[in-house]
Amino acid sequence: MQTALRTSLSETELASRASFAPHARIVREERPQQAIGLPLSIRGLRKSFGSNEVLRGIDLHIPAGQFVAIVGKSGCGKSTLLRLIAGLEKANAGSISFGQDVQAEDIRVMFQEPRLLPWARVLANVEVGLGRDRASADAHARAERALTEVGLADKRDQWPSVLSGGQKQRVALGRALVSRPRVLAFDEPLGALDALTRISMQRLLERVWRDQGFTAILVTHDVAEAVALADRVLVIEEGRIAHDVVVNAGRPRERGSAELASLEASILSHLLSAEDRT
Amino acid sequence: MSLIDSVSLPRSFRLPRVDGLIQWIVPLAIIAIWQVASVTGFVPTRVLPAPSDVLLAGWKLLLSGELVRNIWVSFWRASIGFLIGGSIGFAFGLANGLSQLSAKLTDTTLQMVRNVPHLALIPLVILWFGIDESAKLFLVALGVFFPIYLNTLHGIRTVDPQLIEMGRIYGMTDGELFRRVIFPGALPSIFVGIRFALGIMWLTLIVAETIAASSGLGYMAMQAREFMLIDVVVLSILIYALLGKLADSASRVLERATLSWHPAFQKR
Ligand SMILES: Nc1ncnc2c1ncn2[C@@H]1O[C@H](COP(=O)(O)OP(=O)(O)O)[C@@H](O)[C@H]1O
Ligand SMILES: [Mg+2]
Repeated sequence: MQTALRTSLSETELASRASFAPHARIVREERPQQAIGLPLSIRGLRKSFGSNEVLRGIDLHIPAGQFVAIVGKSGCGKSTLLRLIAGLEKANAGSISFGQDVQAEDIRVMFQEPRLLPWARVLANVEVGLGRDRASADAHARAERALTEVGLADKRDQWPSVLSGGQKQRVALGRALVSRPRVLAFDEPLGALDALTRISMQRLLERVWRDQGFTAILVTHDVAEAVALADRVLVIEEGRIAHDVVVNAGRPRERGSAELASLEASILSHLLSAEDRT
Repeated sequence: MSLIDSVSLPRSFRLPRVDGLIQWIVPLAIIAIWQVASVTGFVPTRVLPAPSDVLLAGWKLLLSGELVRNIWVSFWRASIGFLIGGSIGFAFGLANGLSQLSAKLTDTTLQMVRNVPHLALIPLVILWFGIDESAKLFLVALGVFFPIYLNTLHGIRTVDPQLIEMGRIYGMTDGELFRRVIFPGALPSIFVGIRFALGIMWLTLIVAETIAASSGLGYMAMQAREFMLIDVVVLSILIYALLGKLADSASRVLERATLSWHPAFQKR
């Protein structure tokens, strides 16, 4: 399974990344290419809230730079897993390792709510993402570059309250990207957006991930979104990873292709049969 | 013009100068009617002096220097009392909003003291301080303390916890978190407290100066009453109203300047 995955990555993925987009090069200058994505190993991870045992032993290896989607019915512990990975909760047992020492700036999370500071202009909100580098001389320039990447350079001096929901989420993405994270975790980041904005945001997520090569972990309740974006879809049931589905389609992906549709149908049937059993 | 009209009309179609003047139409009309009613004897001047008489009384007091001196004394008492009570209230609000320990230690006591109407303390305060300056300052400070304390506390407690978590994720230190997230988030509520406190500040001062003072606007009004100078009494009341309005406007200007990010204050 693991080896199959790795070959599928190295053949299709790396080839398509190498040939991709002109601005990829600008981005990579800040960090040597091999240093971007981090692998992630989770062993025997358990988490309970009181007597509610949410995660009952998660074992998972994510190779560096992979895009993983996590689906599962509401309340199955997707957010909890993501928060554990991001270090926002403490596990009851088990371990999470990134293969080396990581700094706070290396791992970023994006939530369903943009969580922008309403009293800070767009650019200042992006600068928040620099973490300890906020005070550095090139903070402005770096934040501006991140804003350009998410296509909002012209909104730099606006208050968040005048932006649309999709634009706010793009600012939040810019803030998450500005420190050049090596792992980016998304907790239903597009859940509150309308259908059209969702699709353009999905394209943006895919593009920045391909540009920058961080390891992406996306929690979503939308199976179509999961198969459209991810290399691999994990289905969580009863606190464990019940299914681990590889998505081999090439990129950029064609939405609504027969290949993706049949994958989506099979993942949905997993989810629905789990629903029937409970 | 109805509210609906003024909201739905695009900005460019409105005449800004009319907008500014429109609020003065009613007060000016009232003064005009009042003047006519007094001159024609419809309202006896023993009951209510004509606006022109009030203005004349004000002019005389201005020339004698008495008016400026009393206004200054009242203004000084109001400001110092406000500063003292406001800063203590703000400090307790901060401490109890940020520290569980501090809140457990003092909040219940403060909530109990809050239920004593501070003007009920006047007899006690006179016994303690006489009719000294400190009596007035004490009462004003006490009156101002609670609205500022309560609203600062409320503001800090209701800052969006998701924003605080965001700040921590992005590595803000406690100081940064306070400066960039908690304080700006609490500011709208703090301003509500300030506006309440300004109202209480004038009310307290009027009562205190009327009962126990040898200078100030309230004292001026009481003196005038003894000599049956009804025009000076009305003048003092109007000046109180004007000062109250000024303080409120000043706080609005400050609010507009510091909360320009707030959707309610954005120019469309
Ligand atoms: N901080 C918490 N305290 C108590 N229970 C929690 C907490 N966070 C999550 N839970 C519980 O854990 C379970 C999984 O939650 P979550 O991970 O948010 O699910 P999902 O994101 O898959 O919808 C739910 O039953 C939820 O009630
Ligand atoms: Mg969730």
